[in-house]
Amino acid sequence: MKPYLHRIPASEITAKEIYDQRRHFLKVAATGALGLEMSQWFTRNALAGSLTGKPNPNFSVLEKPTSLKDITNYNNYYEFGTDKSDPAANAGSLQTSPWKVSVEGLVGKPRTFDLDDLLKLAPLEERVYRMRCVEGWSMVIPWVGYSLSTLLKQVDPLGSAKFVEFVSLADKKQMPRVNSRVLNWPYTEGLRLDEANHPLTLLTLGLYGETLPKQNGAPVRLIVPWKYGFKSAKSLIKIRLVEKQPSTSWNDANAGEYGFYSNVNPEVDHPRWSQASERRIGDAKGIFAPKIKTLKFNGYGDQVASLYAGMDLKKFY
Amino acid sequence: MAMVTKSPPYMLAWTSKSFISPRAKLLIFLTALSPAIRLIWYGFDDGLGANPIEFITHFTGTWGIVFLCLTLAITPLRVSTGWNWLISYRRMLGLFCFFYALLHFLTWSVLDKNLDLHEIYADFFKRTFITFGLLAFLCLIPLAMTSTKKMQKMLGRNWSVLHRLIYAIGIFVVLHYLIHKAAKNNFGTVTIYMVIIGSLLLWRLRRWYIKRSNNVRT
Repeated sequence: MKPYLHRIPASEITAKEIYDQRRHFLKVAATGALGLEMSQWFTRNALAGSLTGKPNPNFSVLEKPTSLKDITNYNNYYEFGTDKSDPAANAGSLQTSPWKVSVEGLVGKPRTFDLDDLLKLAPLEERVYRMRCVEGWSMVIPWVGYSLSTLLKQVDPLGSAKFVEFVSLADKKQMPRVNSRVLNWPYTEGLRLDEANHPLTLLTLGLYGETLPKQNGAPVRLIVPWKYGFKSAKSLIKIRLVEKQPSTSWNDANAGEYGFYSNVNPEVDHPRWSQASERRIGDAKGIFAPKIKTLKFNGYGDQVASLYAGMDLKKFY
Repeated sequence: MAMVTKSPPYMLAWTSKSFISPRAKLLIFLTALSPAIRLIWYGFDDGLGANPIEFITHFTGTWGIVFLCLTLAITPLRVSTGWNWLISYRRMLGLFCFFYALLHFLTWSVLDKNLDLHEIYADFFKRTFITFGLLAFLCLIPLAMTSTKKMQKMLGRNWSVLHRLIYAIGIFVVLHYLIHKAAKNNFGTVTIYMVIIGSLLLWRLRRWYIKRSNNVRT
């Protein structure tokens, strides 16, 4: 009898490369690393192009920036899922081009900007900011963008405008978890007009010298470094100037835990945990790294404390 | 009189032997231990993610609650199927529940809180989800300590009374998890455990009620 192998027609034999690919896939799947592998693929995919900004040392901290891997794989972006790894895995479906941001409301010259308009509006700067999440962890991130005030100037805010409302994209087709009941969609945030006009408030288009990765809020987002991270709304489609304090998503969901102001404040505890200290993501000491003390206004007190002079920050948390 | 469920003789003939053989016990033991081994592997393989302490906390907590569900499922399963051999795994599963709960507690108290007793004390009174988590863990300790055959004999009837604490633990654990997730309206996973533990406890409540009304009648 002929050996079994000889009876297989050549067309049935799997090519070596394909075989190896399958082996690799099985190995990856078997070790449970598929999610990680995919997220790395999406990370690469999401980093579409270079977007450099002139380093602005006046608005940059000297701490060591968190690694790009951690910044792009540990995200809160509930439109793509509530696990920290969900945005990196699921944000690939976000369509960031074409993209329009409408700036409207109590303004003299309402206008819709497309991404090119935004990129050309002002010279891009690189600013290394601390980012403190309300959950008790923090990162240091080199953002690329310019002060939001530059954009707001373009539309001539009226004297009656006192607050700014930020609205993120909420499209079920691109964002699988927008149908979840965790929050009322679209994601909405807000600032007082003077907060929005503060030079630290950054209209952000990139990080680490690249356009924003999708899981980090591409193509354009807000960064308010002295407030808890959730105030910095992602993937903005609308910026509206209004007279009254706008309602904001997290405040609507749980007013007792997430205030409108949400300034980083070690003296005001979150009901479920202390805000006195934070865990810096990517600390080389790993699980034995001690927590670091949280700074009032996330360390930006010299620049922003005057915005809140005379206010009871325990009441307006 | 309470009903005694008896397995059909053909089942007893092979199940009790093959399902509680030392080899089967070792297999179940290693399976139950494998999450802990996987965790150590992740630690050496850079697999704990950006926030390792959070990862370990969630991982050990999840496996603690999984083993709690398994432990609570033994009696209902045994009674409804007649597979009496199941009982011989209850202690092991219960101890694994304690093992993962202990790791969960140590991750929180040592790695996260740096054994800062002041902070741990403050959390216990101030944060409801910590209160229930710690209560559940504190209740597990006497159960683990009295899990040996010797202790079982020594305590006699009191042993089963003491071990009814597991029902309270089930409720505390659900509250611990639920309150933790409630603030973010993120009920996806916790609902699954709540339904499982809830039905396992309701099954007992129903059985107790039926027994009681039978007793009243006779």
